[in-house]
Formats: sequence, structure tokens, C-alpha cells
Amino acid sequence: METTKKHFFSDMGVMLGRSMHHVFRSMDTIITVTVTPIAMMLLFVYVLGGAIQTGTDNYVNYLLPGILLMAIASGISYTAYRLFMDMQSGIFERFNSMPIARSAALWGHVLTSLVSNTISVVVIILVAFIMGFRSSAGVLSWLAVAGILALFTLALTWIAVIAGLSAKSVDGVGAFSYPIIFLPFISSAFVPTDSMPLGVRAFAENQPVTSIVDSIRALLSGQPVGNDIWVALAWCVGIMVVAYFFAMRAYKRRV
Amino acid sequence: MEKAIEVKGLQKSYKKLHVLKGVDFEVEKGNIFALLGSNGAGKTTIVKILTTLLRSDGGTTAVNGFDVASKPDNVRQSISLTGQFAAVDDILTGRENLIMIAKLRHVTNPHQVAADLLKRFGLTAAADRRVSTYSGGMRRRIDISMSLIGKPQLIFLDEPTTGLDPEARIEVWNTVKELAANGTTVFLTTQMLDEAEQLADQIAILHEGRIIANGTLAELKKLFPPVKVEYVEKQPTLEDIFLAIIGNKEEK
Repeated sequence: METTKKHFFSDMGVMLGRSMHHVFRSMDTIITVTVTPIAMMLLFVYVLGGAIQTGTDNYVNYLLPGILLMAIASGISYTAYRLFMDMQSGIFERFNSMPIARSAALWGHVLTSLVSNTISVVVIILVAFIMGFRSSAGVLSWLAVAGILALFTLALTWIAVIAGLSAKSVDGVGAFSYPIIFLPFISSAFVPTDSMPLGVRAFAENQPVTSIVDSIRALLSGQPVGNDIWVALAWCVGIMVVAYFFAMRAYKRRV
Repeated sequence: MEKAIEVKGLQKSYKKLHVLKGVDFEVEKGNIFALLGSNGAGKTTIVKILTTLLRSDGGTTAVNGFDVASKPDNVRQSISLTGQFAAVDDILTGRENLIMIAKLRHVTNPHQVAADLLKRFGLTAAADRRVSTYSGGMRRRIDISMSLIGKPQLIFLDEPTTGLDPEARIEVWNTVKELAANGTTVFLTTQMLDEAEQLADQIAILHEGRIIANGTLAELKKLFPPVKVEYVEKQPTLEDIFLAIIGNKEEK
């Protein structure tokens, strides 16, 4: 017991290193989590953006938060995929019969999700800068944005863990992420919600993505965030806690 | 003689299916023990219970003197498992796989340990290729070499030669013999009778949830009526021919 506890963080580090290799060696992952959101951003800014009335003269500024959330939502589907593949192969049995903490392998996947999503978010923000994104936010606001995105990533990651542990086939494992990737479309991410018909608008204004997008947008543009940030945090923390509970229950059942 | 494994009255059911109905056996340290049985007899279930992956429903199991149920961490310190499905990371290279396990076993020089094992198993040339490009025999070799890191006293090999060609099978056999010669206890399951005959010091047969025979090959042979001498022309088997043509590695 003592030795497995003593080495928990170094073991988790080995697991993190392992699945980061998986991320960087998968062209498919890199294209989906970074290239596709950038392509969406180019499409919306240079093709559709001219016709979209958002009340701001810089559509990249308006669009960026939603693009970041979509990138994270597609990123976590790969977490589910990697976890599923590990459960299928014999490698988890090997880890579990070794003197390492059983949760080290799982936390390795969760950390990988945080690290790899951070990388894709940073890359996308850099491209946005090239496309004319400008922010008046100070260090504290940037830290707040980073915090919200990290919480959002963690919340979705634990949902991905449930999917990865309970999926029956490799086709099913990513399916849960499509509704999440789609949520930003029915939110204030691309167009203001007051342009939508009543029913859609009611949904858009009360689903988590809108409050998260609005808070990030306010923080980045130096506007007051108001209540949005508390609603956003409540959503993220709430989803995270519930998903964590079910993920851990699924994990204990599997190992 | 010290015991590496002691199993008494082991029970396990999967829902309504009663797989193990009171299994008893012991394995002496330094021996090669072969557990024989047909598909679905429960060989893998026994391996999973002994390697702490699965809880038993009844009976006692001790590995290297530690009770498996109450001291799983001590058991894990002293064993290694090479499961039925190659427990290797396909996306990593052979060398990276070995270094990963060496780090998880907290050996002092992971890179050196990996290099030594690659050399010993003839994988140095393929060391920096991804394991997904390896042949079946190479995968098994890297799999087994991963299990040797940290010098565990007891190694479990669950059907180590299933799906391998005759050459690769002989490679695995030689590895197992070498391990035992160095004092490691080997627990292997197989459904190939010649494999048990080739390798094992002790053979147990698992059938319908119980061990129905257990002993050395000579002891098992005594269970049958005395040998009647007949003269039969020894025809080469297809395996003999195959191996002779491709250059029998066993002769080396």
C-alpha cells in the first residue's frame, strides 16, 4: 500500500506521457481537435461572417469562445476512445496486476485530456490573433478564462470517461460527443440569441454553452461579466461532480 | 519445499454459471506449472484471481506466501502477468513499452533495462518501430520481456503460444525454459498438450470446475495401464517437415 501511494504521482506521470504519445502520433486526433476548429473559424469569419449581424465590428472576437468550446468537445471524444481501446486491449490488465495505484491509469487519461485540450486551445487562439482577434483583457481575466475552460474540459472529460468505460463498440464510443459538439450552434456562440424563434431561443439561453460563451466573451472584451460567470461555473461544477460520481462507479465496476 | 502458489477450495461463479467448484492445487517455487483445460474450463479465471484482477467467491488463495484477497499489493509486487491478449501498447515502440513498464516498476535505470531486454529477445533491430508493425511472434516476445522487468519471482503466462506459428512457439518455449533455469516460477495455461509435455515440471488438468489430475508427467502416465509395446513406423509430422524446411530453430 505504502509504495503504491508513494509513487502515485510519478506513475500518473508515466501514464500521462504514454497517452500524450498517443495524441501526437494520431494525425486523426490532431486534425479533428485543432485543424477542424480552425477551419470552422475561417469559414465563419471569411465566408458567413459578413452576413451575420452581431453588433460588433470584429466577428473573430465574437466567435472565438464558441470555437474553443467546440474544439474541447471534439477533443474529449478522443479521451473516451483512448480509454475504450485500453479497456479492450490487455494493457489495463497488465497495469492492474502491477504494484501501481489502480486510479493512476484513469487519472493519466484525465490529465492527458486537460493537457492536450490546452494545447489545441492555445493553438486556436494564436491563429485567431493572426485573423484579427484582439483582447483588452488583463492577466486576471485571462486566468479566469483559463479556469472556466479547464473546468469545462474536466466536466466533459468525466462524461467521456463514462462513455469510454461503458461503450460496447468502438463506433459507439464517440457518439455521445456529437450532441455536445452541436450545442454551441444552438447558443449565443455564433449569432446573438435574440435573432432566434422563441422556442429555440428559450433553449439557447438556458443551456450551459450560452452562459459559458457569454462569460468568456465578456472577460476577453473587458466587459462586466454579471451573473453569467456564476451560472457558467455552476453548470461546469455541477456536470463535473455528477459525471465524476458515475465515472468512478463505472470504473470500480470494471476493475 | 516452499510454495509459490497455494489454492484451496477456490470457488467462482459468473451469474448462474458455476465455473470453479472447489479448485485445489499447489505450485512449488522454481517449477514450471502447466494448467491444462479445454476452452471455457476456467483457466483464465484462475489466472485472473491469482493476479488480483478478479475476486474469488470462496476458498483461499496465497501467492508467494501472501493471501491474495487481503494483501493484493504484496502479491502484485512479486508477480507479472502476460495475459491471453498481448498486453502491449501498439502505438508505442518496443523500446518505449519496456521503458514505460520499467518506470512503473521503479527500477533504477529504465533505459538500460530496456536495452538489455531488447538484446536478449533479439528485438534490438525493431526496437524503435511501433509495436503495431511487429509479427505475432515479436509481439509475444516483447509482451513476455515486459513481464520480466523488476525480476518478479512468479510469472503468469496465459496461453502464451496461442495463435503463434511453430517457430515463434519454440522461441516462447525456450524463453520459458530459460526463466525456470534462473529460478523463476512459471505458471502457464495451455490447451496444447504437447506444450505442457515439453515444458512443465508439474501438470494439472482442470475439468468441469475441478482439478481432476495433478502431478509430474511421469505420475500422470502411471494413471494409465502399462505401456503395450508395438512397432510403428515413425512418420514425420507436418510440423517436423515444416520446421526442417525452414531451418529448425530448436536445433540451434
